[in-house]
Amino acid sequence: MTDTANEIDPYAALQDKEPGTPPRNQWLDVWDQFKKHKGAVFGGGFLVFITLAVLLGPYLWTVDAQKLDIRNKNVRPIWTALFSSDVKTLWARPFGTDNLGRDLLAQMIAGGRASMAVGWTAMLLSLSIGTGVGVAAGYFKRLDGLLMRLTDLFLSLPILPLLLVAVTLFRQPLRANFGPEGGMFILIVVVVGLTSWMQTARIVRGEILALKEREFILAARSIGTTSGAIIRRHLLPNVISPIMVSATLGLAVAIITESALSFLGVGFPSDFPTWGKMLADAVPRMEEYPERVLLPGIAISLTVLGVNYLGDGLRDALDPRIRGR
Amino acid sequence: MLTFTIRRLITSIPTLLFISIVIFGLLQLAPGDPMAQVPLTVPPEVKQKMREALGLGAPVHIQYLKWLNQFFIVEPQFLIDWMTRDSFLFGWLPDTQLSMVYDPELEKLVPQQRNISWQTRSPIMDIVIQRIPQTLWVVGLAYIVGILIALPIGIYSAYRHYSVFDQAGTFITMVGFSIPPFFTGPLLIVIFSVTLGWLPSIYDTTHVVNDWASFKYQLSQMILPVMVLALQTTAQISRYMRASMLDNLNQDYVRTARAKGLKEGVVVMVHVLRNSMIPVITVIALGVPSIFGGAIITENVFGVNGIGQLLITALFANDIPMVMTITFIFAIMIVVFNLIADVLYGVLDPRIRYD
Repeated sequence: MTDTANEIDPYAALQDKEPGTPPRNQWLDVWDQFKKHKGAVFGGGFLVFITLAVLLGPYLWTVDAQKLDIRNKNVRPIWTALFSSDVKTLWARPFGTDNLGRDLLAQMIAGGRASMAVGWTAMLLSLSIGTGVGVAAGYFKRLDGLLMRLTDLFLSLPILPLLLVAVTLFRQPLRANFGPEGGMFILIVVVVGLTSWMQTARIVRGEILALKEREFILAARSIGTTSGAIIRRHLLPNVISPIMVSATLGLAVAIITESALSFLGVGFPSDFPTWGKMLADAVPRMEEYPERVLLPGIAISLTVLGVNYLGDGLRDALDPRIRGR
Repeated sequence: MLTFTIRRLITSIPTLLFISIVIFGLLQLAPGDPMAQVPLTVPPEVKQKMREALGLGAPVHIQYLKWLNQFFIVEPQFLIDWMTRDSFLFGWLPDTQLSMVYDPELEKLVPQQRNISWQTRSPIMDIVIQRIPQTLWVVGLAYIVGILIALPIGIYSAYRHYSVFDQAGTFITMVGFSIPPFFTGPLLIVIFSVTLGWLPSIYDTTHVVNDWASFKYQLSQMILPVMVLALQTTAQISRYMRASMLDNLNQDYVRTARAKGLKEGVVVMVHVLRNSMIPVITVIALGVPSIFGGAIITENVFGVNGIGQLLITALFANDIPMVMTITFIFAIMIVVFNLIADVLYGVLDPRIRYD
């Protein structure tokens, strides 16, 4: 046998082989797992779409949501012309108008802006409170008992009644100070944020308690890292996945709570559209104009559904035990 | 277990006190005056006297303690009196007259001052007790219906993991989880009362059930609110049931049970189900107070004049004592059901030992 291809070069066999593929980033793995969850991809996509739509919408659809056009009131949406030809439809008003002639498409965009702004801000607020409390309780043993009792107390508060009470009581002073819309925005965001941080705090505390006993924290402490640096550099990056999952839940809760408050009539002022407000205003005349209930209702439901699916997918993707299955 | 229960009972007292302080403090900040509708011809000093008669002149801590006294001592006394005087169950007992105090001026027994509503000037507890049956009928029934639908869905979804049924079930529960009740309510009204005309859209609380036809009407008017509330319950509980069943189906004891030749039905419905029900039962207990909270919206949509609707009307009418009492009743329910869930968990799961 003089076949050189079979000859083994002894030195080459001893050499370290380069890995065939470059090492993979952790977030690439997460993305691969996330892509497998169809619902999560759709949910995330819809959330991005709706966020972009309400952000960029006013620049593309430049009709003023507040402009009264009493001649063109109660215009039905354009698709009703498909099955009945005697209703009033206008191509310039694709979603129709309400009983004061305000354009519904512009109102949907403006309402979505308000709802999403409340949702994102309240979620960020509750997330930061929850993470702060959770990290403090998990890391500093002295604070643990006190903070967890506080969390338990907050968990046993009746949230919706208290929200209603707080919003009705503090509406007037805040409106006087920050204007009708600004005051209401601050009030709802603060109230929702203050009453929805408890789950995040519990989850984060549990994770921190487990992480704190690991060797890398011991190593970090042994080289003299301060507590602040340990929390920032070693603990927080490791609890990012439960925080992200509870962020999605928090966003859904905040959007629903704002809409519920608006629906019960204690939310934003009546000339300031939000999805919940539009739904509530449309309910008395929903027999004649069902689309005014359906459009904001579907928008709220689809957004919340998307956010919930996103959370489901993130939970699977960020869990290393499930990943790769 | 008993010591744990007693300890939990005792620790729930400070919790309730804290909640009552939070609610009371919040309501103290409320603007608004119960004398606002009294005509301007009434002189200010008379108005001041009327305010004091409502208990508003006293310092804040006295008002708080008086409220506590009225809620925890006076009202139960009235309840016991009512039971020994008028109720069918205990009417044979001698009349207790616990709630009566001796008035030296009139030289006879007079009833104690109760916590009264600013709106109606009648005792709050009487109004609350009038409203509770409506809420209980609708909400309680919805909860039971929701659980009865949710459990089979959860069990079958977990057993046929990744099947079409599981995918569909997960999707539907996700949808039910995401659609808020203030949208499902109007949606169902549009579909079933407006378009199809099958069911009434407003819950008629004055309706009296005395024969078959009125019973059928009662059923038909309960369907829509029960459906709205049950959708939420079903979505939540079937998710928990599915997750819990999935956890248990992969356990070693299931393989053992199958290996020793038990029928598949016995393995799933006896061994796995009993173990999976432990967390689900606590979730069911924990969900009771939140469904009452969620019923506020549903009651408003369908016009059920239950306790949630009472809260909303009291809030808009600035009826502070009423709001305080109802909110506190909700808080008591949360604390009590948390306690029940904890105790149940310990009773059902022998691995959990609190002591």
